[in-house]
Amino acid sequence: MKPLLQREFRLALRARGRIVLPLTFYLAVTVMIPFGIGPDIEVHRLAAAGVLWAGALLAFLLPLQHLFQEDMDDGTIDRLAASALPLEVFAFGKIVSSWTVTGIPICLASLVVGNILNMPPGTGLATLLTLLAGTPALCSIGVLGAAITVGMAKGGILAAVIVIPFCVPTLIFGASAAGSIAAGEAAATSIAAVLAISLACIALIPFASAKVLRINLQ
Amino acid sequence: MRATDRLMTPLWLTAAAVTTAGLIWGFFFTPPDRVQGATVKIIFVHVPSALVAINAWLMMLAASIIWLVRRHHVSALAARAAARTGYVMAALAILTGAIWGKPMWGTWWAWEPRLTSMLILFFTYAGYIALWRVCDDRTKAADLTAYLCIFGSIFALLSRYSVMFWSQGLHQGATLSLDSETHIHNVYYYPLLACMAGFVVLFIVVTLEATRAEIRRIQTERLLERGVAA
Repeated sequence: MKPLLQREFRLALRARGRIVLPLTFYLAVTVMIPFGIGPDIEVHRLAAAGVLWAGALLAFLLPLQHLFQEDMDDGTIDRLAASALPLEVFAFGKIVSSWTVTGIPICLASLVVGNILNMPPGTGLATLLTLLAGTPALCSIGVLGAAITVGMAKGGILAAVIVIPFCVPTLIFGASAAGSIAAGEAAATSIAAVLAISLACIALIPFASAKVLRINLQ
Repeated sequence: MRATDRLMTPLWLTAAAVTTAGLIWGFFFTPPDRVQGATVKIIFVHVPSALVAINAWLMMLAASIIWLVRRHHVSALAARAAARTGYVMAALAILTGAIWGKPMWGTWWAWEPRLTSMLILFFTYAGYIALWRVCDDRTKAADLTAYLCIFGSIFALLSRYSVMFWSQGLHQGATLSLDSETHIHNVYYYPLLACMAGFVVLFIVVTLEATRAEIRRIQTERLLERGVAA
């Protein structure tokens, strides 16, 4: 488990594109929204939490094509499947590493973007917390999509199409938690729901991903 | 294959007869509603298509599990065949809903639990069908889509409840049931039941037909391969 995680992180750090590209994409896409909805800062403030959440979803969909592709092409997954280490652990490591490498920078960047979008600092911080609670779910759902489509032509866009409907519950509860906190209402239910979805995804999706990876290895 | 050979013609006839009869009965022999006028008659397409869209997915789930457990090839092909009908029915339910919604609610679309759930179901169908199309290896595609159907069911259920949490409904409560005393007036109820029955039979016969076509295609491919080998 540990060497596997070390390998993932080392790969991610050496190929800096894995950190920088999704982050740049996130910043770019969220900053594009005001151009689409006009310069009214009141509208920006209302839309901010949703923009941050939808941007995070898009940023997680971006790297899906390459998540397993290289490991599949160079035979790493074959070796792992033949080894004593279960593929479930590999999938879990993939979730942990890709969330750390993509998710944490995006969550932190949301503070900056929130500020640009005229979010009050307190609300920005609350949105950051809901993003931290919810992005593990988006990330693991993305890993599942990548595992299903690994090796297929047009795998990236296919994974995105498959995965987007699965992200609806996370987005709903995540954005509503952020909105409730912003409005000063009780948000405990939504936050609990986001956390529950995230925890369930982290716990169960490694098994699902390993299952479909094994099918894709045949 | 041979078992369904003899069934196909009677099933097609039943589907055509019941659906046509139900629709004609509904469209021409029911009075206009006191509030809604003639628009109420969209119900005779709207409700049956939504019914089929949801139940087609349940049928696919059952077929997928049968494929994964028993490796029965026909069940994988049946799931694939049902997906296309379900996809079209989901689209039809959304479209007729929009046409009905415009005069009644004053809007083509509302972010309302049932509409949103149906839209999510529509996208889930799209992903499922796309996966079948992209994957070349048939067994692999059957395995992957079967798992996708199971994962999709879990997330669809989750979506349904989270969407209800998210937004209030415009739809009226359930007015259709076989046992409850409060359902819509019998004038609409019986033709609606006929339309629902017709759509269900139609779904069954279209799915059977598509499954049979798929089996024939596989047989043809095998024959061609053998021809090339010889």
